[in-house]
Amino acid sequence: MVKIYIPADTTACALGADSVAEEIATQARNRGMDFEIVRNGSRGAFWLEPLVEVDTDEGRIAYGPVEAGDVAKLFDEGFPGTSGHELFLGNVADIEWLARQDRLTFARAGLIDPLSLDDYQREGGYEGLEKALRMTPEEIVEAVADSGLRGRGGAAFPTGIKWRTVLNAPADQKYVTANADEGDSGTFADRLLMEADPFQLIEGMTICAMAVGASQGYIYLRSEYPKALHVLNHAIAKAEAANLLGSDIRCSGRGFHLEVRVGAGAYICGEETSMLDSLEGKRGMVRFKPPLPAIEGLFGKPTVVNNVLTLAAVSTVLAIGASHYQQYGSGRSRGTLSVQLAGNILRGGLVEIPFGASLRELVEEYGGGTASGRPVRAIQVGGPLGAYLPESQWDTALDYEAFTEVGAMLGHGGIVVFDDDVDMLEQARFAMEFCAVESCGKCTPCRIGSVRGVELIDKIGKNEESLLNIELLEGLCETMDQGSLCAMGGLTPMPVRSALKYFPRDFQRAAESEHQG
Amino acid sequence: MQTSNGVPEPVVTTAIQKYADVPGGLLPLLHDIQAILGYVPKDCVPAIASGMGLSRAEVHGVISFYHDFHDQPRGQKTIHVCRAEACQAMGSRKLEAHVKSRLGIDYGGTTGDGRFSLEPVYCLGNCACSPSVRIGDDVYARVDAQRFDKILEAL
Repeated sequence: MVKIYIPADTTACALGADSVAEEIATQARNRGMDFEIVRNGSRGAFWLEPLVEVDTDEGRIAYGPVEAGDVAKLFDEGFPGTSGHELFLGNVADIEWLARQDRLTFARAGLIDPLSLDDYQREGGYEGLEKALRMTPEEIVEAVADSGLRGRGGAAFPTGIKWRTVLNAPADQKYVTANADEGDSGTFADRLLMEADPFQLIEGMTICAMAVGASQGYIYLRSEYPKALHVLNHAIAKAEAANLLGSDIRCSGRGFHLEVRVGAGAYICGEETSMLDSLEGKRGMVRFKPPLPAIEGLFGKPTVVNNVLTLAAVSTVLAIGASHYQQYGSGRSRGTLSVQLAGNILRGGLVEIPFGASLRELVEEYGGGTASGRPVRAIQVGGPLGAYLPESQWDTALDYEAFTEVGAMLGHGGIVVFDDDVDMLEQARFAMEFCAVESCGKCTPCRIGSVRGVELIDKIGKNEESLLNIELLEGLCETMDQGSLCAMGGLTPMPVRSALKYFPRDFQRAAESEHQG
Repeated sequence: MQTSNGVPEPVVTTAIQKYADVPGGLLPLLHDIQAILGYVPKDCVPAIASGMGLSRAEVHGVISFYHDFHDQPRGQKTIHVCRAEACQAMGSRKLEAHVKSRLGIDYGGTTGDGRFSLEPVYCLGNCACSPSVRIGDDVYARVDAQRFDKILEAL
């Protein structure tokens, strides 16, 4: 029997993977072929999606990007065997874009059937939990601390320290929560992982529960990810049936229950305290800190709030050992970074590599430059609250500290490329507009400042007292930066200031055209 | 039995029975009601509030806070156009203008025939193949004006 893999991933389907699967099934049936179609996750090489793979004696061979209209001709020319068709890519293991990466967290993505526990365990899944169940809570926390793992959501807080705080907080009830409210534009790593390898997140959360003594967990998933919701719910049911979740995990005497909760379209709920309020069924308002969620979190109880990738990485850390994991990386940024190449990029997708590579290497060597073929002008790193970087900054190493030094941030690893068509005044305006739309409204600098920011940038665009208004805008950025309660208002100035600093001409455009006119 | 505006009461009663004892159950409850009715009618708020042990203000506050919840009837399908940066880099500003003029409505609006409501969305996680549009639960990649029209015609 021929095994054919066609991803059911959101992006693959957005590019027609479902019709490709239907057409392949039809053609195979018509030709009397004995076949099975597996809907795997994506490997993250989105520029090759829909990427169709076939199991052969020599490994998995691939075709891509396949459209439904290509299928009949593919069969005529040798599919599902090797062929001279232009979409034939050879062995997947030899695709350089993928082969060059160091896949730890995304090792199984695209390889396995996301909902097959057998597949997951055959590829090393649940080795981490098996080890954790033989360790004391302190030993698990120690291993996570030793690995150097830091929060992958953007704040880069040491995971081990967070877990130790929850472990040491006495309480009758503790919680583990996964922040799957991946709202940053240019990011899709959490989604990809949840759709391609959901058991890894479930395993990581279970390990965390064993470490800190939590019996209940929640995955707070954004409503924009319906496919991930479907996959996670099925995966949780399968883990429960296999006694990998529930009241007596693997007969250890310890229990952990897990549930997915769906957000409702509010970006701010990706901020951890706002997420906790939302999980409690309230408006997603940001909380004052202290108290830290690790001390008083969900329903007032000690709570771990970690990003999806952080929790997933814990499975790897436990499985391969802390010392092995921390060999990857640079400086104080240990392990691998999941970079997401997005926007105007030729070869977009997920690149998992050790911290330390340069932005230029990513965009030029992996990304292949822009999709439009025009020169790159600006790169926004770290989501809508991240800086726009001009060419002079592209040699910055991708590690948390190096980015902080140049007034930027890595955030969740999203890299959005813009070509020379971009108008940086428009981008700065959008940053303020987005903040105005998504602010929870609790603090004044964010709620009012963002609205004033849009007004000021509009005036600058119309050349109304530009110099004065640029000065006011800079002052406003200072106020938002220093006076906001959370990163939403506090970091909105980052894209605005970087646009002003590196692309000043775009803010004098109106003045110039008036002068020329 | 129906409420004054014709909403079948079992929808609300069933949802309350399901979530009254669930910690933080209000969001899943509202999602359930909206999945069936397409919106959360204002008339339901008092019943939801008393059933969940909350004030009407708290329930209204939650409905009005989140972009996903609506207190007015909506089109049969919602079209979400991504407005975020990765899509902007691939020409979503033009696409937004096209979609609005093609449908003859602005964000928040519903077409006269009741088929479509239009909403902005800030990222669909499809950023390597922008611009992105979501219709119902289906996401479409690399959408330009022409492709949008084709998608619309096929619906």
